[in-house]
Amino acid sequence: MKTRSALLLGSLSAALVAFALTSPRVVAADKVDPVADAKAFQNFFFQKFPDVKHEDFVNGPYSMNADMKRQWQEKEEFPPYEFALDAGKEMFATPFKNGKTYADCFPNGGVGIRQNYPYFDEKEGKVVTLELALNRCREANGEAPYSYVKDEMASLTAYMAFTSRGKPMDIKIPDDPRALAAFENGKRYFYTRRGQMNFSCASCHVQSPGERIRAEVLAPALGILNAMPIYRSEWSGMGTTSRRFVTCNSQTRAVPLEPQSDEYRDVEYFLSYVANGLPISGPGARP
Amino acid sequence: MTAFPCKLAVLVALVLSTGAAVAPARAQSAVADGQKLAFDRGKGNCLTCHVIKGGDLPGTIGPELKDLKAKYPDRNELTAIIFDETKRNPQTMMPPFGRNRILTEQEISAIVDFLQTL
Repeated sequence: MKTRSALLLGSLSAALVAFALTSPRVVAADKVDPVADAKAFQNFFFQKFPDVKHEDFVNGPYSMNADMKRQWQEKEEFPPYEFALDAGKEMFATPFKNGKTYADCFPNGGVGIRQNYPYFDEKEGKVVTLELALNRCREANGEAPYSYVKDEMASLTAYMAFTSRGKPMDIKIPDDPRALAAFENGKRYFYTRRGQMNFSCASCHVQSPGERIRAEVLAPALGILNAMPIYRSEWSGMGTTSRRFVTCNSQTRAVPLEPQSDEYRDVEYFLSYVANGLPISGPGARP
Repeated sequence: MTAFPCKLAVLVALVLSTGAAVAPARAQSAVADGQKLAFDRGKGNCLTCHVIKGGDLPGTIGPELKDLKAKYPDRNELTAIIFDETKRNPQTMMPPFGRNRILTEQEISAIVDFLQTL
């Protein structure tokens, strides 16, 4: 098996070299380059909205519209996510039946670490999100996993985001072809049109941020996950990144994936990486 | 696909049998139907992106829909835009209502009737 894959790899790289020699320009353009991608992604938004302060993009539609921003700032005095935040803090401190706690599963006791998620697990060869890590922590300690989309999971991540507020997103892409492939796969999903409405994520959140769909203002893709989880009036409750992905898909009449499926995890990896440097603002509140 | 010519034949027969006298009434009801379809959130839902006279809470993504008869004297052009605007503009946000079967050809035709009154 090993020799076979080595052979395959060898012939593949030989083919690549041959290809590179014949048409170097095409190969250069096809190379996965997250650093260049993040720079281009951020510059696109900075140039499109020269008046928006860079750290303000993480406030979604409020960064695009002065009236909405004023209303939101007033609401922040009694934020609608406060209940979830308090519940999350209590849950986080409550030991499992075996006496251990969430703090035992995470670096720095789980405090102030939201900005490092998702990360690429080189042992597993996959992207690991905060929600996934939380459920793995539960299962490793003999507890049943939570739903990925709302309720307890949103409360826990609300608390973990709150302890990380202001810290710049800091996603790493290790020098591992699988990590680069995950980033590229997330990027591909983000820009691919799908569903009956034929929208990609980018149709709304890159092409049209700041525009209204009916009474709603579309959020910019840059920093859109920094505010997760969010309380949405439309949901009358809290939702995680998974909930946002699933509802985006179904609202555009596309088939949603399973929460925390590999592909959604890759999208989260891509979107979080290109927001590196922008502060964590979660938990957030949205109309 | 096979049902369509049948439906068309019935429609043609109906139009022929009712005669020319009721044509303006039919046209008027097509305009009313078109408006209803254009404003219906589950159908055209045009207000999500376009300002249209008579509609509340319009979006801002597309251009205001007015003077369309002057802009598109040929109704086939409007029909083509609604059917699949990505053919003309691959970057468009506009959903391909006909190609992706969000609206039937008859529904698109009624909407075009309505749009031409704006």
